[in-house]
Amino acid sequence: METITSSKGISRRELLKRCMVVGAGLAVGTGFVAGSTATWAMETKYVAPKEMAALIQMARDIYPHNHVADQYYAAAVKGFDSEESKARIADGVAALDAAAQGRGYADYLSVPWELERVEILRGMEQSSFFQTMRGNLVTGLYNNKEVWPLFGYEGESYSKGGYINRGFDDITWV
Amino acid sequence: MSAKFDLNDDGVVVVIGSGAGGGTLSNELAQKGINVVCLEAGGRHLPQDYQNDEWGSFGQISWLDARTTSGDWRVAKDFSGLPAWIVKAVGGSTVHWAGASLRFQEHEFKTQTVYGNVHGANLLDWPIGLSELEPYYAKAEAKMGVTRTNGIPGLPGNNNYKVFEAGAKKLGYKKVHTGNMAINSQPRDGRPGCQQVGFCFQGCKFGAKWSSAYTEIPKGEATGHLEVRPNAHVLKIEHDKSGKVTGVLYADSDGNKHLQKARIVAVAGNSIESPRLLLNSASSMFPDGLANSSGQVGRNYMRHMTASVYGVFDKPVRMWRGTTMAGIVQDESRHDPSRGFVGGFEFETLSLGLPFMAAFLNPGGWGREFTTALDSYENMAGMWLVGEDMPQETNRITLNHDVKDQYGLPAPNVHFDDHPNDIAMRNYAWKKGAEIYDAVGATRTFPTPPYPSTHNLGTNRMSAKARDGVVNKWGQTHDIPNLFVSDGSQFTTGASENPTLTIVSLAIRQADYIAREMAARTI
Ligand SMILES: Cc1cc2nc3c(=O)[nH]c(=O)nc-3n(C[C@H](O)[C@H](O)[C@H](O)COP(=O)(O)OP(=O)(O)OC[C@H]3O[C@@H](n4cnc5c(N)ncnc54)[C@H](O)[C@@H]3O)c2cc1C
Ligand code: SF4
Repeated sequence: METITSSKGISRRELLKRCMVVGAGLAVGTGFVAGSTATWAMETKYVAPKEMAALIQMARDIYPHNHVADQYYAAAVKGFDSEESKARIADGVAALDAAAQGRGYADYLSVPWELERVEILRGMEQSSFFQTMRGNLVTGLYNNKEVWPLFGYEGESYSKGGYINRGFDDITWV
Repeated sequence: MSAKFDLNDDGVVVVIGSGAGGGTLSNELAQKGINVVCLEAGGRHLPQDYQNDEWGSFGQISWLDARTTSGDWRVAKDFSGLPAWIVKAVGGSTVHWAGASLRFQEHEFKTQTVYGNVHGANLLDWPIGLSELEPYYAKAEAKMGVTRTNGIPGLPGNNNYKVFEAGAKKLGYKKVHTGNMAINSQPRDGRPGCQQVGFCFQGCKFGAKWSSAYTEIPKGEATGHLEVRPNAHVLKIEHDKSGKVTGVLYADSDGNKHLQKARIVAVAGNSIESPRLLLNSASSMFPDGLANSSGQVGRNYMRHMTASVYGVFDKPVRMWRGTTMAGIVQDESRHDPSRGFVGGFEFETLSLGLPFMAAFLNPGGWGREFTTALDSYENMAGMWLVGEDMPQETNRITLNHDVKDQYGLPAPNVHFDDHPNDIAMRNYAWKKGAEIYDAVGATRTFPTPPYPSTHNLGTNRMSAKARDGVVNKWGQTHDIPNLFVSDGSQFTTGASENPTLTIVSLAIRQADYIAREMAARTI
């Protein structure tokens, strides 16, 4: 991922100084979102970093996998950082925040339990914002070749000669 | 050498589409010395172009022109613009297909007689029976190199198959094996044996699987009697004052239109495009479309009762390794109304890669219920359920005048409602499929809904009487003697077996008939 850097150039300590933790595992600074331990950072050009952080959280809440790190969710929603999506994302995140405020929280990112965030999402499941997010994530998250090994999926096999000599029938437990 | 024919050559047979039906017919006619122009909407993609990548391949060769859907089937909600998953390329859907090649059973040609009156179903006996097709099944099996025929050994079972087989045998099923597959289990016909790559649906990069793209088409071209024109999208079939067809209008890759004259036209664009083309060819003489005096063009659309079951185990399966459709259980394909439905179905192993699994396991699903399933992807086994669905007059392809394709022609709308028999069969099949996996210790099973249709059938059906269908027992339209239908849209009913072996057999038989009639100068 080109724009998701492992905070090369500046030290993690430097990066951490420049940002503010906004939710479980996420931090924002001027023009970027990062992991709260600064193992990765992603620049945003059009969408406000705090909104991007909300999108990343929303992506995880839609397709939660405990063994998939935030940076892959960030990569999956990165495409929304565009001129044409900007307004739609601002409206969508405002709706998420309003729903959170209705439950007494400052914003979506401050809702502590996944279950409660999911209730908020269920409430907007039919909205085009939710449907666009979910639809895009199906490929944005699961069609990322870097994500496949996390699920054990081996991808392309032709160049390795298929599985004829690489365990197509190696099951031992049946 | 590939032939080259003039647009004004009115002695040629024009075949529309180069898939299972069109590719076979083109080659068979060319082998007999008959000149053929095969017009194919898609490009020419060969094994070196195929991608071991589900979405990459989908974008490369799928038919993605505008289509709409209606009806109570779930596909209309989840994939409203994609009723069917079929190919636009030389070779048609035989690039994607898995290779399962089964003969129909005797009773499946006579469903009206055997099943009796099924409310709401437009059942009809085929005008031919098994015995008439048997010699052609034998030719098709030899041509395609089907395993367990012609002395060709079965394929070895992969991990997905071993789980499936063990469960099925525990349940007491007897007809359990690695299938009759048009996939080389050993080198044959200049093509290698299967290397267990596992991307059969994305085109076999080794060419071990039979596909019209690299068997029928080049063999036909080698005769000097076949010219295949890729990127030639047929828009309309033309006719003269006597009502005989005279040629076809098509658009090339630049959108330029050409008129290819013809002595005979054979339509093989698969069961959505074939009736659409007949409907789009309406004229003042045939205001309801060509060959449509019965009003049956586009009706009786069938897609097989389909569904899947995925099972999760406490240990790895890695179902994606090796042949996608690696085995079958055939015990339930009998007709036995005591199960609560007429007709039967097959269990066939199936696997999807992670990207397609995410899209198709439970379309629209999200949250932990969904993601914990994918967390177990490595420990999953999968099977497809495919059975006979009921033809219904109201399940049909119509022209949607509100939506136009890239040539400005009305897009096809695909309307489908499940028949109660389809639902009863699916529920039973889901239950039995889950039992197969439960028998070998599944910790969770998923009754997965139908994917966009891969088997599209019945929309120009064969009938003895002109008023009941569109074509006669040779696939010749009842109304226009020099207009033929050569794909799965001819099927009177769908049977429980995968359709392609029957499509190929019918095409071989049709080629014999066309050659005979041309020689006798009756067409
Ligand atoms: C993923 C998948 C797996 C499958 N597995 C199996 C299996 O294991 N066993 C089995 O029996 N079947 C299987 N099938 C089904 C099988 O592929 C089809 O039954 C078969 O290919 C249909 O043959 P056809 O000639 O009717 O159409 P196709 O093979 O689809 O060919 C139609 C061709 O016509 C062209 N065309 C359409 N309209 C026009 C036009 N207007 N002008 C010019 N060209 C046009 C199309 O581009 C296409 O190339 C599978 C299908 C898919 C998608
Ligand atoms: S598993 Fe066999 S048939 Fe399928 S793509 Fe690979 S080599 Fe071809």
